[in-house]
Amino acid sequence: MFGILASVIDGILVGAVYGLAAMGLTLIWGVMNVINLAHGAIIVLGMFLLYLVVYSLGLHPYVAVPTTIVFGFLFGIVLYWVGVHRVIGRPELMSLLSTFALNMVLIGLGTAIWSTSPYNVPVDMPSVSWRGYTFTGTHITAAIMAVVIAGLLYLLLYHTRVGKAVRAVANNREAAELTGIPTRQMLSMAFGLGVALAGVSGTLIATLFPFTVLSGETYQLNSFVVTVLGGLGNPAGALMGGVALGLIEGLATPFMPVSWIPIVEFGLFVFCLIAFPRGIFAFSKA
Amino acid sequence: MWRRPFPWLIVGAALLYALFPYFTDDVGLRESLLLAAIYIILASNLNLMIGYAGYVNFGNIVFFGLGGYICLYLVTGWHWNVILAALAGGVAVSAVALLFGLGILRLRGAFFALATIGVNQAVQQLVVNFEPWGGATGIYLSLDSYGPLGGPMQALWVMYLLIVVLTAASLLASYAIKNSKFGLGLIAIGQNEDAAAILGVPTARYKALVYSASAFLPAVAGGLYFFKSGIIEPTSAFSLQTSIEAIVMLMLGGSGTIIGPAFGAFLYEELRGFLLTTEYLSHFQLVIAGALLLVIVQFAPGGLLGWLHRQWPRSRRWLE
Amino acid sequence: MSTLLEVREISKHFGGLQAVDHLSLTVDEGEIIGLIGPNGAGKSTVFNLINGVYPPESGRIIFAGTDITGKPPHLVARQGIARAHQIVQPLGGLTVLDNCTVGACFGREDLALDEAREVAREMAGMIGLGDRLDLLASSLTTAAKKRLELARALSARPRLLLLDEVLAGLNPTETEQMIDIVRKIRASGIAILMIEHIMRAIMSLSDRIVVLNLGAKLAEGTPQQVAENPDVIAAYLGDSTLLQAAETVR
Repeated sequence: MFGILASVIDGILVGAVYGLAAMGLTLIWGVMNVINLAHGAIIVLGMFLLYLVVYSLGLHPYVAVPTTIVFGFLFGIVLYWVGVHRVIGRPELMSLLSTFALNMVLIGLGTAIWSTSPYNVPVDMPSVSWRGYTFTGTHITAAIMAVVIAGLLYLLLYHTRVGKAVRAVANNREAAELTGIPTRQMLSMAFGLGVALAGVSGTLIATLFPFTVLSGETYQLNSFVVTVLGGLGNPAGALMGGVALGLIEGLATPFMPVSWIPIVEFGLFVFCLIAFPRGIFAFSKA
Repeated sequence: MWRRPFPWLIVGAALLYALFPYFTDDVGLRESLLLAAIYIILASNLNLMIGYAGYVNFGNIVFFGLGGYICLYLVTGWHWNVILAALAGGVAVSAVALLFGLGILRLRGAFFALATIGVNQAVQQLVVNFEPWGGATGIYLSLDSYGPLGGPMQALWVMYLLIVVLTAASLLASYAIKNSKFGLGLIAIGQNEDAAAILGVPTARYKALVYSASAFLPAVAGGLYFFKSGIIEPTSAFSLQTSIEAIVMLMLGGSGTIIGPAFGAFLYEELRGFLLTTEYLSHFQLVIAGALLLVIVQFAPGGLLGWLHRQWPRSRRWLE
Repeated sequence: MSTLLEVREISKHFGGLQAVDHLSLTVDEGEIIGLIGPNGAGKSTVFNLINGVYPPESGRIIFAGTDITGKPPHLVARQGIARAHQIVQPLGGLTVLDNCTVGACFGREDLALDEAREVAREMAGMIGLGDRLDLLASSLTTAAKKRLELARALSARPRLLLLDEVLAGLNPTETEQMIDIVRKIRASGIAILMIEHIMRAIMSLSDRIVVLNLGAKLAEGTPQQVAENPDVIAAYLGDSTLLQAAETVR
């Protein structure tokens, strides 16, 4: 019984990081109605950034966290102007293909540089023991960082001028334009934020598990499941959805082989989409 | 439709295409033309989903691979005639696609697109674990299988001709649908699905039908192609890379047009051939394809044919 | 004249907002019914409920004797209800003719492609788009797009036409032309339920007017009765157009 509880708690911790990743995806969708199919590739880049920080720069692993946020933000702005700017407002098909093309380029380059071999960055953090069950330090740290970053995002969106401008653009782009907000800059920044969130979640995941260039695909599907659970365009829902998914994974892991879990997720994903088109935690947008 | 010139042009071109390597007895040419023909089949049927209905089927290769497996299984395990086996594969795959389509086509844009990838990966996993179909090693054909067709050499020619027939059929079907009520409904869905529904288009039914229709010819082609190859195994049968390249070819040539996919397939093959002589890393193939897709989507979403139509508006009439 | 559309006590709410509150109304054959009310009164929601965009939470909608409550949009279109939207929804990549052909193919009569094209040509001509049949819908002016919206709805040969602010954004000449077209449509036997803010127009066109406020029926009657109703005037307090229109009707 306690074994399951420990698994569930661990799942919740990891789930917070899933939620962070999904927040990146859902932010971009909410602000500019684009579903970023390069999301998985960016998570992978975040993972490799950790590797570079630790092994090429020789720095402490958690230095990679703010590094990824900054680089992710800037990279996201570049990606916006390269691949997203021109397809906004066009049929959804176009933005799907465009972001997917970005994904192809990024993964292709990644494979050329790092091949598809597994990489691992062991991170040393003190664990917490409780009644004979150990909770790994990295999991706890990752969860705390995810929540802190989410909190910072909240502060940014709701208590700064830039954040308010971004929300205004998300709400009604024409009206925002009329009030003098430079909407294109705001869109690029929102995209940058989304990419930063995805990237840093990759960095955090890399502190927990080994990874390859192709890992992004699984986590991208993961993020989609979470956004479906939490409702598209709803960052708070994304965090809750992430925790919920982590919880489900925690419940499932003791009972089924690891390779089955993506199939269960996929099934859950399709089921949720058909049964709850607005998301389970949806604070419904009429 | 046979009263218009265009279908006859397709038939004529197909005849030339089929007979040219035959009369020059050039096996190398036949092989590259066969590959191009396969790509045209994939891209052209993909056009029904992407170009008409506006739904991106990233995992379209699953029809091809599954059709291939069913055909080879019927030929090796049940000693069926290859043509019947390939047709059976086509029927089976499109029937399953119809049922499945009713479910996953309820998903909006990106989710549908991802779900199609998921379907492909899931089917691949199932096949890898399915012993009667050879599991991870796949199914091999012995030379005897080519007996009924007059031996391996002759069989290859027969397969080539049949595949060209399928290519012509794909283009003709594309044309017939575009000029039908069904096609008009699909295109309306592709333009604005909600508006189409309010206008009375039975969107759910039409989407499932086109998904199923877009599965048939690729599945039959898969049966013939893998029979010709003599072997089918999960990695190449369900290769996501090929699936994506079909999309790039479609967009390159001109999504929504009839012969756009044909142009796109040729252009892409030329490009790839050129690249392979200068770059030997296959990862860059994905990068180049991705960059190409990015450029097309942003600057020339109508592809080659779209560009031609804008330069010479009168070409819209005869160059569909 | 028999009753064509009967809406009985329909309700719908979004989140905490009651968008439509136990609304009932009827439209008889050959009538033009005007639906007015301040912004946010729930008028477009009523249209969405009638043509099946989402189902009502309670109540019934009966059209030509058939219960269409909650039926999906394409089935409602088959029954013979067509709609012209406030925010035009042209099928941009298709020509004007093709747009109308879609309407004709999938509307009440379920026509074959060739017949549908003929009907489409006729309807487009009637609305004044006959000279622009081969233009892409996306290249039309706003006024032309509004006409296309109407032509397309008519191509479905509906028995009831839902018009959602067809006069919005038109200049005086275009407005007059559109008012004429609406009259011609009624003369051809189609009943009309229209939402409009241009008071002068809706007062002169409608046989009866239903006033909505906060999702519920505030008043109903002839244009004159409605214009003199103190509750209606109060609801529009500050909106001089209603008072002016009331003057012209009297």
